[in-house]
Amino acid sequence: MLSLKVSTIAVGASLPLGVWVAALLARSNMPGLWIVNAIVHLPLILPPVVTGYALLLTFGRRGFIGQYLDQYLGFTFAFQWTGAALAAAVMSFPLMVRAIRLAIEAVDPKLEHAASTLGASRIEVFFTVTLPLILPGVIAGMILAFAKAMGEFGATITFVSNIPGRTQTLPSAIYSFLQVPGAELQAARLAGISVVVAVGALVISEFVARRVAKRIGGA
Amino acid sequence: MLEVSLRHDFGSFSVDVDFTAPKGVTALFGASGAGKTTVVNAVAGLFRPAQGRITAEGVTLFDTDKHINLPPRKRRVGYVFQEPRLFPHMSVRSNLLYGARFAPRDATGPDFDAVIGMLGIGALLDRRPGALSGGEKSRVSLGRALLSKPRMLLMDEPLAALDAPRREEILPFLESLRDAGMPVLLVSHSIAEVARLASTVVLLSKGRVIASGPTGEILSDPALAPRFGAGEAGAIITAHTAGRDADGLIRLETAGGPVWVTDAPEAAHLRLRIQASDVILSREAPAGLSALNVLTGTIRRIEEEADGRAFVQIAIGDEAILSRVTLRSVRALGLAPGVACHAIVKSVAVSRDDLAEI
Repeated sequence: MLSLKVSTIAVGASLPLGVWVAALLARSNMPGLWIVNAIVHLPLILPPVVTGYALLLTFGRRGFIGQYLDQYLGFTFAFQWTGAALAAAVMSFPLMVRAIRLAIEAVDPKLEHAASTLGASRIEVFFTVTLPLILPGVIAGMILAFAKAMGEFGATITFVSNIPGRTQTLPSAIYSFLQVPGAELQAARLAGISVVVAVGALVISEFVARRVAKRIGGA
Repeated sequence: MLEVSLRHDFGSFSVDVDFTAPKGVTALFGASGAGKTTVVNAVAGLFRPAQGRITAEGVTLFDTDKHINLPPRKRRVGYVFQEPRLFPHMSVRSNLLYGARFAPRDATGPDFDAVIGMLGIGALLDRRPGALSGGEKSRVSLGRALLSKPRMLLMDEPLAALDAPRREEILPFLESLRDAGMPVLLVSHSIAEVARLASTVVLLSKGRVIASGPTGEILSDPALAPRFGAGEAGAIITAHTAGRDADGLIRLETAGGPVWVTDAPEAAHLRLRIQASDVILSREAPAGLSALNVLTGTIRRIEEEADGRAFVQIAIGDEAILSRVTLRSVRALGLAPGVACHAIVKSVAVSRDDLAEI
């Protein structure tokens, strides 16, 4: 159940940033954009353990951001469920951005131009034209990110360890059970749950995306 | 009034245009690649030229010297694109009202009921754009631009994607807009459309203005005629409806004499387009011809073409028509500037498309 909370928070909190970064990558021609692109995609190509270690260095209690958070806000990520959420968010971010970016690139800029000649500012254009049209892509990105967050293991266990009741997510629990002789049944039960959750998420996303697409296509 | 002056270098192609569009419909006419859409996009603010100045109805939209570049939303020009560009996720009603909420409170323009009435789209309001026909989409797109209460309208070949019957659906609305005094900049490569709608023509070629002026003058200029396409070139003259004869033909009075046509709009004053290739010239009053319409006038100019033919401009009152004849005929008849002559036009050559209300 911790996993559900972690994944939901991870996806929900990173969604606005994900949409913004995806819009930037899809539409802006700002120089140096490739650096943003590279940073976003790093967690996808690095070994998860390395990402977890990087998080520990940055957001750990003595990390170069983490120490200030701890000192001034009394807030730590390390060895807390929030840390698991952060790890899940970072790991799933590239998948979310990629899906949303593809959706934005599929929106005809001519529609956005038309909206701007009708008097809408860039932000108004985004919220009234672009966002409604990319909704199926955003939903797909969220589901993908959610599934990735549910399954995140390497970065999570490196960053926040595997403390039952505190930072133990579904995959790390399965891993723990498999380490104990005779606990295969519990492991299989948890594996079954994770399959149900994943398939459920997929079905819901298909259903929602299809309804949204129908509404947009208009018949 | 719209004043446009802009320069931009695209590398292989450059645009350098200066023109003034007075009240009424100004047509930007030219072949594809002449830079028409570039000019219109610059006026709308969707394209930023390297250098120039654009003012509309006394408001400076763009001026490189003064570092003024209003964003599209502040220019308030209603842009009717070549494709309808309706928002697919909104109903027709929401599409129509999209621009209205951004319009300043003191902006004037037709109200919602007037626009849907004029365009005949009242029954479509709750539909989605995906369920509309091409002509319906075009009308909604025009209505959407009008309801944003713009200073002026820009239209980039709004009829190009439509077939002839659909075009006939839209043209009357454009005519009524012109009559309502809305300044319109119309991009077109159809000379018939220009003859029917425009009060001013700006002729573009390869990014330069070749000629600009009142439609009657530009279309009857024999030197410009080849640019409109030899088969399409033709001038326009004013005609007044004088009644219907017993055999059904409609009699129109022009400065050069009566013209009978088979079909005409119900209006007192008409603009009559006569294609140059439909006009036969004669020095004497013709007799024993089946052609009914004989306009008398004086030859003003003759422009010879390389292919052995010529465009002859015949002054009729203070207007003029064009005739396309061979050089051999020019010599045989002794046609020259100042010579009186008769221009013969078959009634069936003047179709309903060649007549428009003024």
